[in-house]
Amino acid sequence: MRLLYFAWLRARIGRGEEELDLPPQVRDVAGLLAHLQSRGGRYAEALADLSVVKVAVNQDYVGREHPVRQGDEVALFPPVTGG
Amino acid sequence: MIRVQREDFDIGAELDRLSAGNHRIGGLASFVGLVRDFNLQGGPDQVSALTLEHYPGMTERKLAEIEKEAHRRWPLDASLIIHRYGRLEPGDRIVLVATASPHREAALAACHFLIDWLKTDAPFWKSEETPHGERWVEKRAEDDNAREGWR
Repeated sequence: MRLLYFAWLRARIGRGEEELDLPPQVRDVAGLLAHLQSRGGRYAEALADLSVVKVAVNQDYVGREHPVRQGDEVALFPPVTGG
Repeated sequence: MIRVQREDFDIGAELDRLSAGNHRIGGLASFVGLVRDFNLQGGPDQVSALTLEHYPGMTERKLAEIEKEAHRRWPLDASLIIHRYGRLEPGDRIVLVATASPHREAALAACHFLIDWLKTDAPFWKSEETPHGERWVEKRAEDDNAREGWR
């Protein structure tokens, strides 16, 4: 799985993207976020308040119940502020 | 038409091109977003520059969806969204939305709709440079309300 981070999430995690071998027990976005938090350190800090973390799977905004698979591109970012 | 680019754009040239050769068009509406030198979120800080980050690929995709939705709602002959990224200074142009239609009502409404939806749906993030360092701009509740107004 390809993970992408944007804006302050990228700054706090310290990288813009990484590859992840998806653990078999992780089935949806909520599970993926919990898995990343469990890494501790920068991940736990950056993901401490999930109410300001938005997720896109394969470039579409999705909710926490959306399934995730090994081949997905998953992006984590704060609420958008363009325009 | 969608363009996501680092470079500036020429408003006059873009509007001319959008309506060129189509004499059905009776109204051409446009909105231009500029970099302000202050933050609306109440800080006293001067903003000396803004850096726009985006999600390449998804940005173009979301903008195309928003544009398609505008064409579904209003009889438009042409439309254009140009959004810049990278480091910009106060007074610099950030975004251009333009819509063309036989009548002004559709052009004006669609233009307003596009900028409201773009603000909440297109994956861009702004970081401001201030005398106290850099900070990420926070989402405004007013933007969500403006989007909801179009449902």
